[in-house]
Amino acid sequence: MPSDLPFSKQDAVVCRGVGKTWAAGTPRAHQALADIDLDVKPGEFVVLLGPSGCGKSTLLYLIAGLEEATEGTVNFFGQPVSQPSSDRSLIFQESSLYPWLTVWENVAFGLAIRGASVTERREAAMVALREVGLSAAMDKRPDELSGGMRQRVAVARALAMRPKVLLMDEPFAALDVQTRQKMQEFLQDVWQESGASILFVTHHIDEAVALSDRVVVFTSRPGRIKTIVENKLPRPRDPFSPEAEAMRRHLTELLRDEVDRAFAEQEALST
Amino acid sequence: MTEIAPDKRVGGVTSGRSALLRRPAFALPDKARTALTSAGWTLTSISLFALIWEILWFVGWADEKLLPPPHIFLGNIPDQLQFFNTATRWAVGVDQATAPSGLESLVTTVLATMSRVLAGLAIASVLAIIVGVLARYYRLFDRLTMPTVMLLSSVSPIAWLPVAVFIFGIGNGPAIFMVVITLFFHMVLATVTHIDNVPRNLIHVARTMGATKRQVYGRVIIPSILPAMLVVLRMNLFAAWMVVLVAESTGVGYGLGQIIMLSRNTFNPSLVFFTIALIGVLGFLTDYALRMVQARLLYWLPKSGVQNAL
Repeated sequence: MPSDLPFSKQDAVVCRGVGKTWAAGTPRAHQALADIDLDVKPGEFVVLLGPSGCGKSTLLYLIAGLEEATEGTVNFFGQPVSQPSSDRSLIFQESSLYPWLTVWENVAFGLAIRGASVTERREAAMVALREVGLSAAMDKRPDELSGGMRQRVAVARALAMRPKVLLMDEPFAALDVQTRQKMQEFLQDVWQESGASILFVTHHIDEAVALSDRVVVFTSRPGRIKTIVENKLPRPRDPFSPEAEAMRRHLTELLRDEVDRAFAEQEALST
Repeated sequence: MTEIAPDKRVGGVTSGRSALLRRPAFALPDKARTALTSAGWTLTSISLFALIWEILWFVGWADEKLLPPPHIFLGNIPDQLQFFNTATRWAVGVDQATAPSGLESLVTTVLATMSRVLAGLAIASVLAIIVGVLARYYRLFDRLTMPTVMLLSSVSPIAWLPVAVFIFGIGNGPAIFMVVITLFFHMVLATVTHIDNVPRNLIHVARTMGATKRQVYGRVIIPSILPAMLVVLRMNLFAAWMVVLVAESTGVGYGLGQIIMLSRNTFNPSLVFFTIALIGVLGFLTDYALRMVQARLLYWLPKSGVQNAL
Protein backbone atom coordinates (compact mmCIF):
# COMPACT_ATOMS: atom_id res chain seq x y z
CA MET A 1 0.00 0.00 0.00
CA PRO A 2 1.03 3.63 -0.50
CA SER A 3 2.08 4.22 3.09
CA ASP A 4 5.40 2.40 2.68
CA LEU A 5 6.63 4.60 -0.16
CA PRO A 6 10.02 6.07 0.68
CA PHE A 7 10.22 9.75 1.52
CA SER A 8 13.03 12.08 2.29
CA LYS A 9 13.15 14.24 5.41
CA GLN A 10 14.12 17.15 3.23
CA ASP A 11 10.73 17.29 1.58
CA ALA A 12 8.65 20.25 2.78
CA VAL A 13 5.33 18.44 2.76
CA VAL A 14 4.80 14.70 2.60
CA CYS A 15 1.31 13.20 2.44
CA ARG A 16 0.96 9.42 2.73
CA GLY A 17 -2.42 7.76 2.24
CA VAL A 18 -4.21 10.87 3.42
CA GLY A 19 -8.00 10.78 3.54
CA LYS A 20 -10.70 12.91 5.12
CA THR A 21 -14.24 11.90 5.89
CA TRP A 22 -16.52 14.66 7.12
CA ALA A 23 -18.96 13.84 9.91
CA ALA A 24 -17.34 10.39 10.20
CA GLY A 25 -19.46 7.82 12.03
CA THR A 26 -22.73 9.65 11.41
CA PRO A 27 -25.38 9.03 8.73
CA ARG A 28 -24.26 12.24 7.01
CA ALA A 29 -20.69 10.99 6.65
CA HIS A 30 -19.12 11.59 3.28
CA GLN A 31 -15.60 11.09 2.05
CA ALA A 32 -13.97 14.25 0.72
CA LEU A 33 -10.45 12.94 0.12
CA ALA A 34 -8.92 9.50 -0.28
CA ASP A 35 -5.45 7.93 -0.78
CA ILE A 36 -3.51 11.14 -1.27
CA ASP A 37 0.24 10.57 -1.74
CA LEU A 38 2.01 13.82 -2.42
CA ASP A 39 5.53 15.15 -1.87
CA VAL A 40 6.32 18.83 -2.13
CA LYS A 41 9.97 19.85 -2.31
CA PRO A 42 11.27 23.04 -0.71
CA GLY A 43 10.79 25.97 -3.10
CA GLU A 44 8.49 24.01 -5.37
CA PHE A 45 5.33 25.49 -6.91
CA VAL A 46 2.62 22.85 -6.93
CA VAL A 47 -0.83 23.57 -8.34
CA LEU A 48 -3.79 21.45 -7.22
CA LEU A 49 -6.26 21.37 -10.10
CA GLY A 50 -9.71 19.85 -10.10
CA PRO A 51 -13.43 20.43 -10.42
CA SER A 52 -15.20 22.40 -7.67
CA GLY A 53 -15.89 20.39 -4.55
CA CYS A 54 -13.25 17.76 -5.26
CA GLY A 55 -11.59 18.17 -1.88
CA LYS A 56 -8.48 20.05 -2.97
CA SER A 57 -9.18 22.83 -0.47
CA THR A 58 -9.67 20.18 2.19
CA LEU A 59 -6.14 18.96 1.50
CA LEU A 60 -4.82 22.48 2.13
CA TYR A 61 -6.68 22.61 5.45
CA LEU A 62 -5.14 19.29 6.45
CA ILE A 63 -1.64 20.49 5.57
CA ALA A 64 -2.29 23.78 7.39
CA GLY A 65 -3.29 21.79 10.47
CA LEU A 66 -6.71 23.39 10.73
CA GLU A 67 -8.37 20.00 10.23
CA GLU A 68 -7.19 16.52 11.10
CA ALA A 69 -6.88 13.77 8.51
CA THR A 70 -9.09 10.77 9.20
CA GLU A 71 -6.63 8.46 7.39
CA GLY A 72 -2.92 8.62 6.64
CA THR A 73 -0.28 11.08 7.76
CA VAL A 74 0.80 14.59 6.82
CA ASN A 75 4.42 15.46 7.54
CA PHE A 76 6.04 18.85 7.43
CA PHE A 77 9.85 18.70 7.20
CA GLY A 78 9.74 15.28 8.81
CA GLN A 79 7.41 16.30 11.64
CA PRO A 80 3.77 15.16 11.73
CA VAL A 81 1.33 18.05 11.41
CA SER A 82 -0.85 18.25 14.51
CA GLN A 83 -1.82 21.91 14.73
CA PRO A 84 -1.59 25.14 12.74
CA SER A 85 1.79 26.85 12.57
CA SER A 86 3.05 30.12 11.18
CA ASP A 87 5.51 28.10 9.05
CA ARG A 88 2.54 27.19 6.89
CA SER A 89 0.57 30.30 5.95
CA LEU A 90 -2.87 30.01 4.42
CA ILE A 91 -4.28 32.56 1.94
CA PHE A 92 -7.96 32.53 1.03
CA GLN A 93 -10.11 33.60 -1.89
CA GLU A 94 -11.56 36.41 0.19
CA SER A 95 -8.72 38.48 1.51
CA SER A 96 -9.91 37.91 5.09
CA LEU A 97 -8.11 40.98 6.37
CA TYR A 98 -9.36 42.36 9.67
CA PRO A 99 -11.42 45.43 8.80
CA TRP A 100 -10.82 47.11 12.16
CA LEU A 101 -7.03 47.10 11.74
CA THR A 102 -4.94 49.23 9.39
CA VAL A 103 -3.00 47.59 6.59
CA TRP A 104 0.23 47.46 8.58
CA GLU A 105 -1.50 46.17 11.70
CA ASN A 106 -3.02 43.41 9.58
CA VAL A 107 0.38 42.49 8.17
CA ALA A 108 1.91 42.44 11.65
CA PHE A 109 -1.00 40.51 13.19
CA GLY A 110 0.99 37.32 13.60
CA LEU A 111 3.81 39.21 15.33
CA ALA A 112 1.33 40.89 17.66
CA ILE A 113 0.15 37.45 18.68
CA ARG A 114 3.73 36.54 19.53
CA GLY A 115 3.89 39.67 21.65
CA ALA A 116 6.32 41.70 19.54
CA SER A 117 6.74 45.40 20.33
CA VAL A 118 5.11 48.12 18.22
CA THR A 119 8.36 49.24 16.61
CA GLU A 120 9.32 45.67 15.81
CA ARG A 121 5.90 45.06 14.29
CA ARG A 122 5.87 48.23 12.23
CA GLU A 123 9.36 47.47 10.99
CA ALA A 124 8.42 43.95 9.88
CA ALA A 125 5.20 45.16 8.29
CA MET A 126 7.11 47.80 6.37
CA VAL A 127 9.52 45.19 4.98
CA ALA A 128 6.73 42.80 3.99
CA LEU A 129 4.66 45.56 2.40
CA ARG A 130 7.67 46.71 0.40
CA GLU A 131 8.00 43.17 -0.95
CA VAL A 132 4.48 43.37 -2.34
CA GLY A 133 4.87 46.98 -3.49
CA LEU A 134 2.36 48.49 -1.10
CA SER A 135 4.47 50.56 1.32
CA ALA A 136 2.35 53.61 0.49
CA ALA A 137 -0.84 51.94 1.73
CA MET A 138 0.54 51.18 5.19
CA ASP A 139 -1.83 53.32 7.23
CA LYS A 140 -4.93 52.75 5.11
CA ARG A 141 -7.81 50.51 6.10
CA PRO A 142 -8.58 47.36 4.08
CA ASP A 143 -11.89 48.72 2.75
CA GLU A 144 -10.01 51.60 1.12
CA LEU A 145 -8.10 49.17 -1.12
CA SER A 146 -9.05 47.37 -4.32
CA GLY A 147 -9.54 43.60 -4.39
CA GLY A 148 -6.12 43.00 -5.92
CA MET A 149 -4.40 45.22 -3.36
CA ARG A 150 -6.18 43.45 -0.52
CA GLN A 151 -4.89 40.10 -1.77
CA ARG A 152 -1.38 41.55 -1.92
CA VAL A 153 -1.76 42.65 1.69
CA ALA A 154 -2.86 39.11 2.55
CA VAL A 155 0.28 37.80 0.85
CA ALA A 156 2.38 40.34 2.77
CA ARG A 157 0.76 39.19 6.01
CA ALA A 158 1.72 35.61 5.19
CA LEU A 159 5.26 36.60 4.17
CA ALA A 160 5.79 38.56 7.38
CA MET A 161 5.77 35.24 9.22
CA ARG A 162 8.61 33.99 6.96
CA PRO A 163 6.71 30.78 6.15
CA LYS A 164 8.32 27.74 4.56
CA VAL A 165 5.11 26.86 2.74
CA LEU A 166 2.41 29.14 1.36
CA LEU A 167 -0.99 27.45 1.05
CA MET A 168 -3.21 29.36 -1.36
CA ASP A 169 -6.89 28.48 -1.72
CA GLU A 170 -8.09 29.97 -5.05
CA PRO A 171 -6.55 33.28 -4.01
CA PHE A 172 -7.32 35.12 -7.26
CA ALA A 173 -10.72 33.61 -8.02
CA ALA A 174 -12.62 36.74 -6.95
CA LEU A 175 -10.52 39.09 -9.09
CA ASP A 176 -11.19 40.27 -12.65
CA VAL A 177 -9.14 38.77 -15.50
CA GLN A 178 -6.66 41.65 -15.89
CA THR A 179 -5.98 41.91 -12.16
CA ARG A 180 -5.63 38.15 -11.98
CA GLN A 181 -2.91 38.18 -14.65
CA LYS A 182 -1.01 40.93 -12.83
CA MET A 183 -1.33 38.99 -9.59
CA GLN A 184 0.08 35.85 -11.20
CA GLU A 185 3.19 37.75 -12.28
CA PHE A 186 3.41 39.30 -8.84
CA LEU A 187 3.09 35.93 -7.14
CA GLN A 188 5.90 34.42 -9.22
CA ASP A 189 8.21 37.27 -8.18
CA VAL A 190 7.27 36.84 -4.54
CA TRP A 191 7.71 33.09 -4.76
CA GLN A 192 11.16 33.32 -6.30
CA GLU A 193 12.34 35.88 -3.75
CA SER A 194 10.94 34.13 -0.70
CA GLY A 195 12.13 30.64 -1.60
CA ALA A 196 9.02 29.15 0.00
CA SER A 197 7.10 26.21 -1.46
CA ILE A 198 3.64 27.07 -2.73
CA LEU A 199 0.60 24.82 -2.83
CA PHE A 200 -1.92 26.59 -4.98
CA VAL A 201 -5.52 25.44 -5.40
CA THR A 202 -7.38 26.48 -8.54
CA HIS A 203 -9.87 25.24 -11.08
CA HIS A 204 -8.41 27.48 -13.79
CA ILE A 205 -6.26 25.59 -16.28
CA ASP A 206 -4.61 28.82 -17.49
CA GLU A 207 -3.50 29.59 -13.96
CA ALA A 208 -2.10 26.09 -13.51
CA VAL A 209 -0.08 26.34 -16.73
CA ALA A 210 1.20 29.83 -15.93
CA LEU A 211 2.36 29.15 -12.38
CA SER A 212 3.19 25.53 -11.67
CA ASP A 213 6.27 23.35 -11.51
CA ARG A 214 3.88 20.43 -11.21
CA VAL A 215 0.11 20.16 -11.63
CA VAL A 216 -1.73 17.68 -9.44
CA VAL A 217 -4.99 16.76 -11.18
CA PHE A 218 -7.81 15.62 -8.88
CA THR A 219 -10.77 13.35 -9.46
CA SER A 220 -14.02 14.28 -7.79
CA ARG A 221 -15.98 12.77 -4.87
CA PRO A 222 -13.94 11.58 -3.14
CA GLY A 223 -10.96 13.62 -4.27
CA ARG A 224 -8.11 11.37 -5.39
CA ILE A 225 -5.00 12.19 -7.33
CA LYS A 226 -5.74 11.30 -10.93
CA THR A 227 -2.32 12.15 -12.24
CA ILE A 228 0.57 14.54 -11.72
CA VAL A 229 1.74 16.56 -14.72
CA GLU A 230 5.25 18.04 -14.79
CA ASN A 231 5.37 21.58 -16.13
CA LYS A 232 8.78 22.09 -17.76
CA LEU A 233 7.88 25.32 -19.56
CA PRO A 234 10.71 27.84 -19.13
CA ARG A 235 10.10 30.89 -16.97
CA PRO A 236 9.13 33.65 -17.60
CA ARG A 237 6.33 31.89 -19.39
CA ASP A 238 4.72 32.73 -22.66
CA PRO A 239 1.04 31.77 -22.41
CA PHE A 240 0.73 31.72 -26.23
CA SER A 241 3.62 29.33 -26.97
CA PRO A 242 2.66 26.05 -28.67
CA GLU A 243 3.99 24.13 -25.64
CA ALA A 244 1.71 26.06 -23.29
CA GLU A 245 -1.15 25.47 -25.70
CA ALA A 246 -0.43 21.73 -25.76
CA MET A 247 -0.31 21.58 -21.98
CA ARG A 248 -3.60 23.40 -21.65
CA ARG A 249 -5.19 20.94 -24.05
CA HIS A 250 -3.76 17.98 -22.14
CA LEU A 251 -5.07 19.31 -18.80
CA THR A 252 -8.45 20.14 -20.31
CA GLU A 253 -8.83 16.57 -21.50
CA LEU A 254 -7.77 15.20 -18.13
CA LEU A 255 -10.33 17.36 -16.40
CA ARG A 256 -13.18 16.82 -18.84
CA ASP A 257 -14.05 13.32 -17.58
CA GLU A 258 -14.04 14.57 -14.01
CA VAL A 259 -16.26 17.55 -14.73
CA ASP A 260 -18.67 15.31 -16.68
CA ARG A 261 -18.76 12.88 -13.81
CA ALA A 262 -19.34 15.65 -11.27
CA PHE A 263 -22.20 17.02 -13.37
CA ALA A 264 -23.79 13.60 -13.76
CA GLU A 265 -23.61 13.07 -10.01
CA GLN A 266 -25.17 16.44 -9.27
CA GLU A 267 -27.99 15.70 -11.67
CA ALA A 268 -28.54 12.30 -10.12
CA LEU A 269 -28.72 13.98 -6.70
CA SER A 270 -31.26 16.55 -7.82
CA THR A 271 -33.71 14.06 -9.37
CA MET B 1 -26.38 66.29 -5.89
CA THR B 2 -29.40 65.69 -8.08
CA GLU B 3 -30.06 69.41 -8.50
CA ILE B 4 -26.51 70.10 -9.61
CA ALA B 5 -26.24 67.49 -12.32
CA PRO B 6 -28.86 68.97 -14.70
CA ASP B 7 -27.34 72.43 -14.20
CA LYS B 8 -24.00 71.17 -15.44
CA ARG B 9 -25.62 69.60 -18.44
CA VAL B 10 -27.39 72.83 -19.36
CA GLY B 11 -24.18 74.77 -18.85
CA GLY B 12 -22.35 72.40 -21.14
CA VAL B 13 -24.85 72.70 -23.96
CA THR B 14 -25.66 76.41 -23.78
CA SER B 15 -23.33 79.36 -23.26
CA GLY B 16 -21.03 79.73 -20.25
CA ARG B 17 -22.99 82.73 -19.08
CA SER B 18 -26.14 80.81 -18.30
CA ALA B 19 -24.11 78.19 -16.50
CA LEU B 20 -22.65 80.90 -14.26
CA LEU B 21 -26.10 82.32 -13.56
CA ARG B 22 -27.45 78.94 -12.66
CA ARG B 23 -24.74 78.14 -10.18
CA PRO B 24 -26.20 78.39 -6.63
CA ALA B 25 -25.01 81.38 -4.62
CA PHE B 26 -23.66 79.18 -1.83
CA ALA B 27 -23.37 75.45 -1.43
CA LEU B 28 -23.66 73.52 1.80
CA PRO B 29 -21.27 70.66 2.34
CA ASP B 30 -22.86 67.33 1.43
CA LYS B 31 -22.93 66.16 5.03
CA ALA B 32 -24.81 69.20 6.32
CA ARG B 33 -27.21 68.95 3.41
CA THR B 34 -28.02 65.30 4.17
CA ALA B 35 -28.54 66.14 7.85
CA LEU B 36 -30.85 69.05 6.97
CA THR B 37 -32.86 66.95 4.54
CA SER B 38 -33.33 64.22 7.09
CA ALA B 39 -34.31 66.72 9.81
CA GLY B 40 -36.77 68.31 7.40
CA TRP B 41 -38.48 65.01 6.72
CA THR B 42 -38.68 64.22 10.44
CA LEU B 43 -40.36 67.56 11.06
CA THR B 44 -42.73 67.09 8.11
CA SER B 45 -43.73 63.62 9.28
CA ILE B 46 -44.54 64.79 12.80
CA SER B 47 -46.32 67.94 11.60
CA LEU B 48 -48.48 65.90 9.26
CA PHE B 49 -49.53 63.63 12.10
CA ALA B 50 -50.29 66.62 14.36
CA LEU B 51 -52.18 68.35 11.57
CA ILE B 52 -54.50 65.40 10.98
CA TRP B 53 -55.16 65.26 14.70
CA GLU B 54 -55.94 69.00 14.82
CA ILE B 55 -58.30 68.69 11.86
CA LEU B 56 -60.12 65.81 13.52
CA TRP B 57 -60.48 67.98 16.61
CA PHE B 58 -61.61 70.98 14.52
CA VAL B 59 -64.40 69.08 12.79
CA GLY B 60 -65.42 67.68 16.15
CA TRP B 61 -64.51 64.02 15.67
CA ALA B 62 -61.81 63.99 18.33
CA ASP B 63 -63.29 64.80 21.74
CA GLU B 64 -60.81 67.07 23.51
CA LYS B 65 -61.67 65.52 26.86
CA LEU B 66 -60.45 62.14 25.63
CA LEU B 67 -58.07 62.89 22.76
CA PRO B 68 -56.86 66.47 23.31
CA PRO B 69 -54.92 67.59 20.19
CA PRO B 70 -51.30 68.83 20.44
CA HIS B 71 -52.15 72.52 20.81
CA ILE B 72 -54.03 71.70 24.00
CA PHE B 73 -51.64 69.29 25.70
CA LEU B 74 -48.58 71.29 24.63
CA GLY B 75 -50.33 74.63 25.12
CA ASN B 76 -49.75 75.03 28.82
CA ILE B 77 -46.51 73.35 29.71
CA PRO B 78 -46.03 74.97 33.17
CA ASP B 79 -49.47 73.68 34.09
CA GLN B 80 -48.52 70.19 33.00
CA LEU B 81 -45.19 70.32 34.81
CA GLN B 82 -46.80 70.85 38.21
CA PHE B 83 -47.76 67.17 38.14
CA PHE B 84 -44.18 66.11 37.76
CA ASN B 85 -43.17 67.24 41.23
CA THR B 86 -44.79 64.10 42.56
CA ALA B 87 -41.44 62.59 41.87
CA THR B 88 -39.44 64.80 44.18
CA ARG B 89 -42.10 64.71 46.84
CA TRP B 90 -41.97 60.96 46.72
CA ALA B 91 -38.22 60.95 46.82
CA VAL B 92 -37.32 63.54 49.44
CA GLY B 93 -40.64 64.19 51.13
CA VAL B 94 -41.07 67.91 50.46
CA ASP B 95 -44.61 69.26 50.68
CA GLN B 96 -46.51 71.21 48.04
CA ALA B 97 -45.50 74.63 49.38
CA THR B 98 -41.75 74.09 49.29
CA ALA B 99 -41.97 71.97 46.15
CA PRO B 100 -39.35 72.49 43.45
CA SER B 101 -40.20 74.32 40.25
CA GLY B 102 -41.88 72.51 37.37
CA LEU B 103 -38.69 72.32 35.37
CA GLU B 104 -36.76 70.88 38.30
CA SER B 105 -39.40 68.19 38.78
CA LEU B 106 -39.36 67.41 35.09
CA VAL B 107 -35.59 67.01 35.04
CA THR B 108 -35.63 64.87 38.17
CA THR B 109 -38.33 62.59 36.79
CA VAL B 110 -36.74 62.26 33.36
CA LEU B 111 -33.29 61.61 34.80
CA ALA B 112 -34.69 58.98 37.14
CA THR B 113 -36.33 57.07 34.29
CA MET B 114 -33.46 57.55 31.88
CA SER B 115 -30.83 56.40 34.35
CA ARG B 116 -32.84 53.21 34.93
CA VAL B 117 -33.01 52.59 31.19
CA LEU B 118 -29.29 53.13 30.75
CA ALA B 119 -28.28 51.21 33.87
CA GLY B 120 -30.47 48.28 32.84
CA LEU B 121 -29.16 48.37 29.30
CA ALA B 122 -25.55 48.49 30.45
CA ILE B 123 -25.91 45.68 33.00
CA ALA B 124 -27.88 43.49 30.58
CA SER B 125 -25.43 43.89 27.70
CA VAL B 126 -22.33 43.28 29.80
CA LEU B 127 -23.85 40.20 31.42
CA ALA B 128 -25.24 38.91 28.13
CA ILE B 129 -21.95 39.28 26.26
CA ILE B 130 -20.05 37.58 29.08
CA VAL B 131 -22.51 34.68 29.22
CA GLY B 132 -22.71 34.41 25.42
CA VAL B 133 -18.94 34.37 24.98
CA LEU B 134 -18.47 31.88 27.84
CA ALA B 135 -21.08 29.64 26.27
CA ARG B 136 -19.10 29.49 23.06
CA TYR B 137 -15.75 29.29 24.83
CA TYR B 138 -16.60 26.42 27.19
CA ARG B 139 -18.73 23.61 25.80
CA LEU B 140 -19.81 22.56 29.30
CA PHE B 141 -21.00 26.06 30.17
CA ASP B 142 -22.98 26.09 26.93
CA ARG B 143 -24.72 22.84 27.76
CA LEU B 144 -25.47 23.93 31.32
CA THR B 145 -26.90 27.36 30.52
CA MET B 146 -28.29 27.56 27.00
CA PRO B 147 -31.41 25.42 27.47
CA THR B 148 -32.46 27.57 30.44
CA VAL B 149 -31.74 30.79 28.56
CA MET B 150 -33.78 29.49 25.64
CA LEU B 151 -36.66 28.56 27.92
CA LEU B 152 -36.74 31.86 29.80
CA SER B 153 -36.33 34.06 26.73
CA SER B 154 -39.90 33.33 25.71
CA VAL B 155 -41.37 34.49 29.04
CA SER B 156 -43.04 37.90 28.89
CA PRO B 157 -41.23 40.48 31.04
CA ILE B 158 -44.55 41.35 32.69
CA ALA B 159 -44.46 37.94 34.36
CA TRP B 160 -41.28 38.99 36.16
CA LEU B 161 -42.95 42.06 37.68
CA PRO B 162 -44.04 40.32 40.92
CA VAL B 163 -40.57 38.81 41.21
CA ALA B 164 -39.05 42.27 40.88
CA VAL B 165 -41.20 43.50 43.75
CA PHE B 166 -40.57 40.41 45.91
CA ILE B 167 -36.84 40.71 45.59
CA PHE B 168 -36.23 44.45 45.34
CA GLY B 169 -39.29 46.03 46.94
CA ILE B 170 -39.70 49.56 45.61
CA GLY B 171 -37.25 52.11 44.20
CA ASN B 172 -34.66 51.84 41.48
CA GLY B 173 -33.94 48.17 42.03
CA PRO B 174 -37.08 46.59 40.59
CA ALA B 175 -37.21 48.94 37.59
CA ILE B 176 -33.60 48.19 36.63
CA PHE B 177 -34.16 44.49 37.29
CA MET B 178 -37.11 44.58 34.89
CA VAL B 179 -35.02 46.15 32.16
CA VAL B 180 -32.21 43.65 32.68
CA ILE B 181 -34.49 40.62 32.74
CA THR B 182 -36.27 41.80 29.59
CA LEU B 183 -33.10 42.25 27.57
CA PHE B 184 -30.71 39.68 29.00
CA PHE B 185 -31.97 36.42 27.48
CA HIS B 186 -32.43 37.85 24.01
CA MET B 187 -29.02 39.46 24.08
CA VAL B 188 -27.37 36.20 25.14
CA LEU B 189 -28.96 34.43 22.19
CA ALA B 190 -27.94 37.28 19.88
CA THR B 191 -24.34 37.13 21.12
CA VAL B 192 -24.14 33.39 20.50
CA THR B 193 -25.68 33.73 17.03
CA HIS B 194 -23.26 36.47 16.05
CA ILE B 195 -20.28 34.50 17.31
CA ASP B 196 -21.41 31.59 15.15
CA ASN B 197 -21.63 33.92 12.16
CA VAL B 198 -18.07 35.27 12.36
CA PRO B 199 -16.46 34.44 8.98
CA ARG B 200 -14.49 31.21 9.41
CA ASN B 201 -11.54 32.56 7.46
CA LEU B 202 -10.94 35.38 9.93
CA ILE B 203 -10.54 32.73 12.62
CA HIS B 204 -8.47 30.42 10.43
CA VAL B 205 -5.99 33.21 9.68
CA ALA B 206 -5.45 33.87 13.36
CA ARG B 207 -5.02 30.16 14.05
CA THR B 208 -2.45 29.68 11.29
CA MET B 209 -0.55 32.60 12.84
CA GLY B 210 -0.40 30.55 16.01
CA ALA B 211 -3.09 32.34 18.02
CA THR B 212 -4.36 30.58 21.13
CA LYS B 213 -8.09 30.14 21.70
CA ARG B 214 -8.09 33.09 24.05
CA GLN B 215 -6.29 35.27 21.48
CA VAL B 216 -8.77 34.23 18.79
CA TYR B 217 -11.62 35.36 21.04
CA GLY B 218 -9.98 38.58 22.16
CA ARG B 219 -8.49 39.73 18.88
CA VAL B 220 -10.88 38.33 16.28
CA ILE B 221 -14.26 37.21 17.59
CA ILE B 222 -15.06 40.10 19.93
CA PRO B 223 -14.13 42.85 17.42
CA SER B 224 -16.04 40.95 14.73
CA ILE B 225 -19.30 40.79 16.67
CA LEU B 226 -19.12 44.38 17.98
CA PRO B 227 -20.99 46.00 15.06
CA ALA B 228 -23.84 43.52 15.24
CA MET B 229 -23.94 43.78 19.04
CA LEU B 230 -24.36 47.53 18.88
CA VAL B 231 -27.32 47.05 16.55
CA VAL B 232 -28.77 44.61 19.06
CA LEU B 233 -28.21 47.22 21.75
CA ARG B 234 -30.08 49.86 19.77
CA MET B 235 -32.99 47.53 19.06
CA ASN B 236 -33.19 46.70 22.73
CA LEU B 237 -33.06 50.34 23.75
CA PHE B 238 -36.71 50.64 22.70
CA ALA B 239 -37.62 47.50 24.60
CA ALA B 240 -35.90 48.97 27.64
CA TRP B 241 -37.95 52.17 27.35
CA MET B 242 -41.13 50.16 27.12
CA VAL B 243 -40.56 47.94 30.09
CA VAL B 244 -39.24 50.66 32.37
CA LEU B 245 -42.58 52.48 32.09
CA VAL B 246 -44.48 49.34 32.99
CA ALA B 247 -42.21 48.80 35.97
CA GLU B 248 -42.65 52.37 37.14
CA SER B 249 -46.38 52.60 36.53
CA THR B 250 -47.23 49.55 38.62
CA GLY B 251 -45.81 51.30 41.59
CA VAL B 252 -42.40 49.73 41.87
CA GLY B 253 -40.81 53.14 41.50
CA TYR B 254 -41.29 56.71 40.47
CA GLY B 255 -40.60 58.44 37.19
CA LEU B 256 -42.38 58.84 33.89
CA GLY B 257 -44.36 55.66 34.36
CA GLN B 258 -45.61 57.10 37.62
CA ILE B 259 -46.83 60.23 35.81
CA ILE B 260 -48.74 58.08 33.33
CA MET B 261 -50.31 56.22 36.22
CA LEU B 262 -51.15 59.49 37.99
CA SER B 263 -52.84 60.83 34.87
CA ARG B 264 -54.83 57.63 34.56
CA ASN B 265 -55.99 57.79 38.14
CA THR B 266 -56.93 61.50 37.89
CA PHE B 267 -58.43 61.11 34.42
CA ASN B 268 -56.09 63.60 32.78
CA PRO B 269 -55.70 62.67 29.06
CA SER B 270 -53.85 65.88 28.39
CA LEU B 271 -51.11 64.81 30.79
CA VAL B 272 -51.01 61.34 29.20
CA PHE B 273 -50.34 62.74 25.76
CA PHE B 274 -47.84 65.24 27.09
CA THR B 275 -45.91 62.41 28.72
CA ILE B 276 -46.17 60.27 25.60
CA ALA B 277 -44.73 63.10 23.53
CA LEU B 278 -41.95 63.52 26.07
CA ILE B 279 -41.12 59.81 26.04
CA GLY B 280 -41.09 59.84 22.24
CA VAL B 281 -38.57 62.67 22.18
CA LEU B 282 -36.41 61.01 24.84
CA GLY B 283 -36.45 57.67 23.02
CA PHE B 284 -35.46 59.40 19.81
CA LEU B 285 -32.64 61.30 21.51
CA THR B 286 -31.19 58.25 23.25
CA ASP B 287 -31.29 56.32 19.99
CA TYR B 288 -29.53 59.21 18.30
CA ALA B 289 -26.88 59.27 21.02
CA LEU B 290 -26.33 55.53 20.67
CA ARG B 291 -26.01 55.94 16.92
CA MET B 292 -23.27 58.51 17.46
CA VAL B 293 -21.48 56.15 19.84
CA GLN B 294 -21.79 53.46 17.20
CA ALA B 295 -20.28 55.62 14.46
CA ARG B 296 -17.41 56.57 16.78
CA LEU B 297 -16.74 53.08 18.08
CA LEU B 298 -17.06 51.29 14.72
CA TYR B 299 -14.69 53.60 12.88
CA TRP B 300 -13.84 50.87 10.38
CA LEU B 301 -17.33 50.62 8.89
CA PRO B 302 -17.99 52.95 5.96
CA LYS B 303 -20.08 55.91 7.16
CA SER B 304 -22.90 55.31 4.72
CA GLY B 305 -22.98 51.70 5.83
CA VAL B 306 -23.52 52.71 9.45
CA GLN B 307 -26.43 54.93 8.51
CA ASN B 308 -28.06 52.86 5.79
CA ALA B 309 -27.41 49.32 6.87
CA LEU B 310 -27.99 49.71 10.60
